Amino acid sequence: MNLTATILLIFGLGGISLLSARAKAAAQARAAQTRPHSLPGYHGWYVALWAVLPALAFLVLWGSVSGGLVTQTVLESPAAADLPAVPMERNAILSEARGLADGSIEAAFNPRATELAPVYRSAQQFYAVIGGGVALLLGFACGAFAFSRISPQFRARTRVERLTMGVLLVASLIAILTTLGIILSLLFESLRFFSMVSPIEFLFGTTWSPQTAIRADQAGSSGAFGAIPLFWGTIFIGAIIAMLVAIPLGLMSAIYLTQYADARVRKWMKPLLEVLAGVPTVVYGYFAALTVAPAVRDFAVMLGIPGASSESALAAGAVMGIMIIPFVSSMADDSITAVPQAMRDGSLALGATKSETIKKVLLPAALPGVVGGVLLAVSRAIGETMIVVMAAGLAANLTANPFQSVTTVTTQIVQLLTGDQEFDSAKTLAAFALGLVLFVVTLLLNIVALRVVKKYREAYE
Amino acid sequence: MSDSLAAAPLAPAAPLTPTDWKADAMQRRIRRRYAAERRFRLIGLGAVILSAAFLAFLLVTMLGNGIRGFTQTEIRVEVDFPRSTLVLDPAAIEGFGAQAALAEADIEGIVLAAAEAQYGNLAPGLLSDGAWLRVRSRIAADPAMLNRTEVFWLPVADRIDVAAKGTGAAEAEAVYAQLRGAGAVRTGFNMNFLTGSDATDPTMVGIWGAFKGSLLTMLVTLALAFPVGVLAAVYLEEYAPRNRWTDFIEVSINNLAAVPSIIFGLLGLAVFLNTMNLPRSAPLVGGITLALMTMPVIVIAGRNAIKSVPPSIRDAALGIGASRIQVVFHHVLPLALPGILTGTIIGMARALGETAPLLMIGMRAFVATPPGGFTDPATVLPVQIFLWSDEVSRGFVEKTSAAIIVLLVFLLAMNGLAIYLRNKFERRW
Repeated sequence: MNLTATILLIFGLGGISLLSARAKAAAQARAAQTRPHSLPGYHGWYVALWAVLPALAFLVLWGSVSGGLVTQTVLESPAAADLPAVPMERNAILSEARGLADGSIEAAFNPRATELAPVYRSAQQFYAVIGGGVALLLGFACGAFAFSRISPQFRARTRVERLTMGVLLVASLIAILTTLGIILSLLFESLRFFSMVSPIEFLFGTTWSPQTAIRADQAGSSGAFGAIPLFWGTIFIGAIIAMLVAIPLGLMSAIYLTQYADARVRKWMKPLLEVLAGVPTVVYGYFAALTVAPAVRDFAVMLGIPGASSESALAAGAVMGIMIIPFVSSMADDSITAVPQAMRDGSLALGATKSETIKKVLLPAALPGVVGGVLLAVSRAIGETMIVVMAAGLAANLTANPFQSVTTVTTQIVQLLTGDQEFDSAKTLAAFALGLVLFVVTLLLNIVALRVVKKYREAYE
Repeated sequence: MSDSLAAAPLAPAAPLTPTDWKADAMQRRIRRRYAAERRFRLIGLGAVILSAAFLAFLLVTMLGNGIRGFTQTEIRVEVDFPRSTLVLDPAAIEGFGAQAALAEADIEGIVLAAAEAQYGNLAPGLLSDGAWLRVRSRIAADPAMLNRTEVFWLPVADRIDVAAKGTGAAEAEAVYAQLRGAGAVRTGFNMNFLTGSDATDPTMVGIWGAFKGSLLTMLVTLALAFPVGVLAAVYLEEYAPRNRWTDFIEVSINNLAAVPSIIFGLLGLAVFLNTMNLPRSAPLVGGITLALMTMPVIVIAGRNAIKSVPPSIRDAALGIGASRIQVVFHHVLPLALPGILTGTIIGMARALGETAPLLMIGMRAFVATPPGGFTDPATVLPVQIFLWSDEVSRGFVEKTSAAIIVLLVFLLAMNGLAIYLRNKFERRW
């Protein structure tokens, strides 16, 4: 009896109890002359939940202990009497035998595992039958208990609704759990990293070469984790080059679409520009690496700029800027439309042209909203991964030449965590420290941006 | 001092001369201002056009490169089985032991020999490395062919394929021209691209494996993010008391929606893989990670949809005796469902295009067989695109772009569905 069959049986039991309890409640309601407290359907759900939930809870509990019980039985069996006493070797054989028993591997490296596999399989089946049987019995017993409580006076609806409320509350707590999970996992791994490399060194050092520090005990392992070049690269690509592309284009598009374009053009162009934000970033990355980067390099070579790289900061930043255009433009759109009509009318009545009104009245009034939007766009850009992984380089240069290659925080996280390496080395843990910095910075940017936008909205409401 | 202060208001005002709008200076000034107005407007139009042009350029580049990825050049190879050196009994392939018998036989050798017999000195490097696999599966399907001469159309090697599409090296193009003159090659739709999996040779790759991985991952994401997101939205919008605790939940949901996706990858790596020891590269873990990322989007969309249901509906339901749970689940939620579904589809579309978090949890492995279940090693479409884009071989350029076309078509379809749902079912109260 495997797990899927057990679960299906339990749900079958739940379905049967739902129908029968509903029928019983309906029959009682017809027989009794008074109106029952709850509709028959609620009685049905009440019994079904009693039949299903305890049984499932037991299965989960059983799943966590039965693995140990199976191993225990196998170790006590005569076939396992002469296993090596060294825990590591023994565990290797046991896990191979388990794989054979599950069918997840087809042949074992160790012949002892092949001998043990049948023992393992029978032990597994034994405990699976026990667990499944007890779960079904439990479901049946709880269902029967709930079934016996059905009566016209029984408040089944209240109980079902109380459980529903609990489920709703738990669902909304998952967001908090996720946030906590992110903060704790980043903090925990970062602390381990900072026990090997000093935080000062990490935050203010100017040499980044984690490849030389493969093991923590190796000489020169510290001194390779200065993250300043990464921070600079991230800011250079995400906050400078990308914004030089996105702010003028996004802002002017928003101005044109809200102030000049007629309704038909606006209706078509706005969603069209938003498609730019919907294109997956891996596509942008490929576009940057395949088309933009070679063109940028050829251009630099033509200008005779030294150190032109085919993984230039300019290519990655420009493509990222294109991706960000819709963010800037929709935020600018919102804040320009939010400026009261009276201000616009006043300016036009004084004889200002449309562009003068926009430049002297609308934009200054909408500035906080626009700035908030730009901050959100920056936070988006510095957290962006695939474009820089595919189009920016790995060389941690501290340069202001946009034709040279720089590297970013996200590129390095991907670089450090892909491939085979032990999880305890400073090299892999450094990725979590970088992740922590990234998380904190984007969080701060978002909080500031939302506060600016909110203040601005209040000013005109 | 006091004198001048007192005198100031009494000083005679300068005589008002009416502005002469016809004067040259004024005309010039107005012309200048109007010119600035036109310039500004043109710059705005230019920005819109430039942005749209970027989009068009991106799509045209991908289409131009990718269309060729859907076709494949094949070469005619005639294999005379009875006279070949193949030691294979047709009877052995039927029934039990067929796989072993096929694996033993040197099919690759006889295919290469046949090619050499027909194309002489052109033959080396003419066929794709995996071409003989096609012969093998044809034999398995019809063992009787071992008794006759059979004509196969086999995929050509990458360099010839590229040459056939007009972007190859001069030497390869010469070979192709010669072959075409002899009528030995044809170019057709590459079915293998839609049904195959990853391979080392660009002429043999397909996207079905990655597509199935995406499908399984999205199923997990939807199964987790949709119920949790909707229930959380219902709780926050309808039941949650206004207190510090609720504020905290709201703040974390809004922040989660803005956290960079790669951070979710780090979370998945640290919690699901290293702490909970779930399998690496599995659609299950990928799906859970993406669900955490998609859930805030669904919550926010769900709350807006629920908020837009007018209070009169709730009051009416309460008025005829519905409980607070019944009000929401029988009346508010069905009315808000189109809005919630639209938000869900948009969130799912974003998850489908997501790459970075999945790289973190190891879904970048070379997976040559489609995943059979939620815990098998798998890759997804965007990661497959990333992996192919790293390949050096020229043939992968068009395959990458072709995979991008497939991904974009799906995203477009999902977004189109979302817009359709919104237009059809959304009610203005």
